[in-house]
Amino acid sequence: MIGEEFVALSLTPLLIGVFSAIACALPGNFLVLRKQALIGDAISHVVLPGIVVAFLLTGVVAAWPMMIGAAAASVVAVVLIEAVRRLGRIEPGAAMGLVFTTMFAAGVLVLEQTDTSSVHLDVEHALYGNLESLIWLDAMGWHSLFDPAALSGLPSELPRIAITLICVSLFTWVFWRPLKLSTFDEGFAQTMGLPTGLIGLALVIVAAVAAVAAFDAVGSIIVIAMFICPPAAARLMTNQLERQIAWSVLFAIVSAVLGYVLAGYGPLWLGSQNAVSAAGMIATVSGVILALTAIFGPCRTRLGAPST
Amino acid sequence: MTIELITEQGASQIDLKPEDCPLMVRGMTVSYGQKPVVFSVDLTVHQESMTAIIGPNGAGKSTLLKAALGIVKPLAGRTFVYGNSLAKQRHRIAYVPQRASVDWDFPTRVIDVVLMGLYRELGLLGRVRKSHEAKAIACLERVGMVDFADRQIGQLSGGQQQRVFLARALAQGADLYLLDEPFAGVDAATEKAIINVLKGLKAEGKTVVAVHHDLTTVAEYFDRVFMINTRKIAEGSVEEAFTSENLSKAYGGRLATGQIDQLDLAAV
Repeated sequence: MIGEEFVALSLTPLLIGVFSAIACALPGNFLVLRKQALIGDAISHVVLPGIVVAFLLTGVVAAWPMMIGAAAASVVAVVLIEAVRRLGRIEPGAAMGLVFTTMFAAGVLVLEQTDTSSVHLDVEHALYGNLESLIWLDAMGWHSLFDPAALSGLPSELPRIAITLICVSLFTWVFWRPLKLSTFDEGFAQTMGLPTGLIGLALVIVAAVAAVAAFDAVGSIIVIAMFICPPAAARLMTNQLERQIAWSVLFAIVSAVLGYVLAGYGPLWLGSQNAVSAAGMIATVSGVILALTAIFGPCRTRLGAPST
Repeated sequence: MTIELITEQGASQIDLKPEDCPLMVRGMTVSYGQKPVVFSVDLTVHQESMTAIIGPNGAGKSTLLKAALGIVKPLAGRTFVYGNSLAKQRHRIAYVPQRASVDWDFPTRVIDVVLMGLYRELGLLGRVRKSHEAKAIACLERVGMVDFADRQIGQLSGGQQQRVFLARALAQGADLYLLDEPFAGVDAATEKAIINVLKGLKAEGKTVVAVHHDLTTVAEYFDRVFMINTRKIAEGSVEEAFTSENLSKAYGGRLATGQIDQLDLAAV
């Protein structure tokens, strides 16, 4: 039965890919509109040294130390960015670019210098993740979805990213109005008594949580792509924020599914033997979607450009 | 001079009970970097008045308004709204920011922007009901923009954008309206529509304060004037404060004598 192989080998990577993509795309919508899309990029880079240091300190590749390490690295990065910005009196974008590239490079350096050959932690893993290896060996077919014994054998990345996605969705839903209001008109939102600074910080923290959870499962390439490509493509499809969110979720799902399938079967169709990286292909598909919407999308012209 | 100052300040303090004073700013000082933009400014806005805040470019007009509202963090200074702290009286204030301060490419419709003014009523998750929509439509009607309710905001002209901002402020149902350059870069029809709405607000017993840049319309549109150039230059009714002497003090050489002569100065 074809279901058996699909559930065991492809269902969990697909779900993890889809959940990661949506979890990043949701906050990405607001980051893109706030012209802070670079923050997603920055976060996904600075988590690397955090994860490496957490591994060096604990000696195990486990979820919690890695999460804590990533979170600590994010905090260090935010403090450094503020310090560089104030001491150097330069704009935040420049400070961000300086800090996150340096921290990422340091992470790569430490990773290469230390003996991580015994465990599955290396530069490639950090970049591409290991989506294809997140298989569900206990599954015997669709009925395993209702079998507690089989379910306990699910890769732990799946429940983690699922919970993250639920949290990100809840945050977006509950704080929809403050997010929208403070993104559109911060000054007005402040006169309404909204804590705009806190809202901006919460958005960055939620983006960081999504980035760390997704990084753990699928690597930093997907994270960077999903923060920007689906929201940016969605913006070109509609002039209403509510619909933009829906489009971005759709594009995230399409990227994840199509990218996974193309990576697994595309090379075979072309006569090659080996599959290519699913994470790389998912990111590529999202980029192609963005390119297509940039050429054919109905809302491409910048309507609100300063006119008078 | 000293006696004049005492009598002037004494008079305003005896006449006005703080709770009757829609907006009272004391000792407001703001600086960007090393340079003070607003220095130790006192502003007293009278009930049911229309006050123009005027002064040359970069004189701190907008900054004073933003600092009074807590949008810009001042070095020093306090704001009292109807005799109370700003935090307790936010619901009585409606603010219309400069049109250029937001990105009009933001993906939203005109009606959605006006509904933003109802945020206090709606709260985090409250549903937008027919009554809310009717209220928003009524506000759009007052500014003559009801036909544009479903338009994407980027499709509007500058004047139309300004009217939508005013409609959002109307939806707030406030007692004190603070506008930052509401007539900047708008067409004549919009200017007329806006001033009619503002005069209507005054007739309803509301109070209006606007940062204004067109000296030729000050006397026609407003009844009180606040003149600023980093420090307060003058404050009072148009007759008292809108004088050529004060104008040359505020604008210095930037305003030619010939220009001052052409203004509709009430008393010189």
